[in-house]
Amino acid sequence: MSDILDILLAANFWAAALRIATPLIFGVIGALVCERAGVLNLGIEGIFTAGAMAGWMAVWLGAGLWGGVLVAALAGGFFGLIHAILTVPLGLSQHVSGIGVTLFATSLSYFIYRTALPDVSSPPRIEAFKPLDIPVLSDLPFIGPALFQQTALTFLALAVVAVTAFVLYRTPLGLAIRAVGDNPSAVESQGLSVYGLRIGAVVAGSALMALGGAFLTMSAFDAFFFGMVNGRGWICIALTVFASWRPGKALLGALLFGAFDAFQVRLQTEVGSFIPGQVFLMMPYLLSIAALVLVARKADYPRALLVPYFRGQR
Amino acid sequence: MIRFEPREPASLSRLILVPVAAAVVALALAAIPMGFAGLNIFKAYGLMATGAFGSLFAFTEMLTRATPLILTGLAAALAFRAKLWNIGAEGQLYAGALAAVAVGTGVIDAPSFVLIPLVVFCGALAGGLVMLGPTLLKTRLGVDEVVTTLLLNFVILLFVQMMLEGPMKDPMGMGWPQSEPILDAAALPKLMARMRIHGGLIIALVAALGVYLLLKRTVWGFEIRAVGENANAARHAGIPVTATFIRVGLISGALAGLAGVGEVAGLKGYLTADLSPGFGYSGIVVAMLAGLNPIGVVVAALFIASIFVGADSMSRATGVSNYLADLIVAMALISVLVSGLFLRFKVRFVGQRHTEGAAK
Repeated sequence: MSDILDILLAANFWAAALRIATPLIFGVIGALVCERAGVLNLGIEGIFTAGAMAGWMAVWLGAGLWGGVLVAALAGGFFGLIHAILTVPLGLSQHVSGIGVTLFATSLSYFIYRTALPDVSSPPRIEAFKPLDIPVLSDLPFIGPALFQQTALTFLALAVVAVTAFVLYRTPLGLAIRAVGDNPSAVESQGLSVYGLRIGAVVAGSALMALGGAFLTMSAFDAFFFGMVNGRGWICIALTVFASWRPGKALLGALLFGAFDAFQVRLQTEVGSFIPGQVFLMMPYLLSIAALVLVARKADYPRALLVPYFRGQR
Repeated sequence: MIRFEPREPASLSRLILVPVAAAVVALALAAIPMGFAGLNIFKAYGLMATGAFGSLFAFTEMLTRATPLILTGLAAALAFRAKLWNIGAEGQLYAGALAAVAVGTGVIDAPSFVLIPLVVFCGALAGGLVMLGPTLLKTRLGVDEVVTTLLLNFVILLFVQMMLEGPMKDPMGMGWPQSEPILDAAALPKLMARMRIHGGLIIALVAALGVYLLLKRTVWGFEIRAVGENANAARHAGIPVTATFIRVGLISGALAGLAGVGEVAGLKGYLTADLSPGFGYSGIVVAMLAGLNPIGVVVAALFIASIFVGADSMSRATGVSNYLADLIVAMALISVLVSGLFLRFKVRFVGQRHTEGAAK
């Protein structure tokens, strides 16, 4: 019991929780923006991969770290645009189109990586983002190491939550995005473009998802591996439901998830010899399913989610 | 301004023409990445064609690759018909393979005519049971099955790894995490001497016919189609919607489980954690190319298999990455989605004035 308390009270535990949560924060906020506008984006898993690969490769080619972040966001926006065109004006199945985008983005990323680097045995490394060492703040006991020894991308993720919350709830644009996911014909009657709002939201949301992928290759690790996204995108889709499509709760959900994951990794070192490692590796996925089951009954889906909108039709 | 006008049920020729056009478009688009990789495009297409059809061996390899794709394609096609979004065929395939290995490696000693049906049944049952979980979560608690089936794929693969490194590890496997070999009496028979093509293909073809008859000729099939068209209307019409979802989930999972049985008991002879290079996900592409038609699934699976086998062979000859095959398959899915519009709608380019008239 005291072992568990020791884990929870260690500053590096909370630092790890925030680090694990960062890509999920980007992913959940990205998925939330898409879904609030009425479009489920199952391209997320592939967009994570594309962001991870494109960001890493841009840095590897000499674009600089922030150049890499920009390239990752553009790559995400590109795949988001494909999904948006297929699902918004063409009104195709959001499920199947999303899976298609995931397959396309993943295979294209792998193909480009393999074509650019045909025969490397160990993946080449880049100079990744370093933890920001902020004078005074980083030296605070407990809070310092947990919060202020993260990389710039973690702070960007926190800023994205704040900006998204502000835009969604405090600006006319946010009102329009929320309305287009609930009642698109009402938006149309206000003279706003349903297609424009939905496409814009999906592209922006997808760019955010790609930043989650970029965090993996440019901050958590410093290289690109095949299969490195490993279901994080799907976990984000589950967390979006868990967060009832609210940015604040999304942050909370991602942090909770990060804390659980960091906790089980530490627990593993305590009891690892008794329980096979795979049991611990399963935890994130089982936890996501549990989170879905927990909120299923009261989940308040955006009312026009999955429903295509055609002008002049009821 | 583009407008879509609903079309009457499409003619058979159009039903066939549209996916064929999509396949051709996907193959043509493959020229872009091949050019990017510096290949002579015409030579590359030629190598792909001979790789899939150039010899009897190539052709049987293509059929061998198509076998699991037919089954995972049927799993997706049947589930999608009912709008039950089973994206978990990959996990169900592994569950079927695991069950086949569990009963087929020496726990039970019986002659072939007992053991083979038993292995096949257990594999199908395991796949079906894996899909039962997400289906019940959907019908009982309203949990979205897309995400649960996707997440379960990862859980099951880890479970398989755990079993292969633990209780089901082959003590004679030189330390590799692989299962004991399937008994000869439990192995599906080979269909041709010196080729890898195996009895799983027969199972797959019978399954395709079975799913076709199920959908076309039975009450269950009618109920499945009705639920897929409009679950609420079906409920009001007195169709047992929940029971239909559960039936579809069980059968769909079982079909994917059979794909796993074929791969271990017909092809590999033992189970490893890299048994499937994404057959579950490719099955979705197969089902969509087939327009969710069970007979079409067979044709679509042959097409996707020839891309995989052809691109593999081309990749060995030229050194270009064989992720090209996955890329072509992904592009085929997107093309067939778009071309499906031409089936359901007349696409008309109209002036602004027309749309205003229509909006009244």
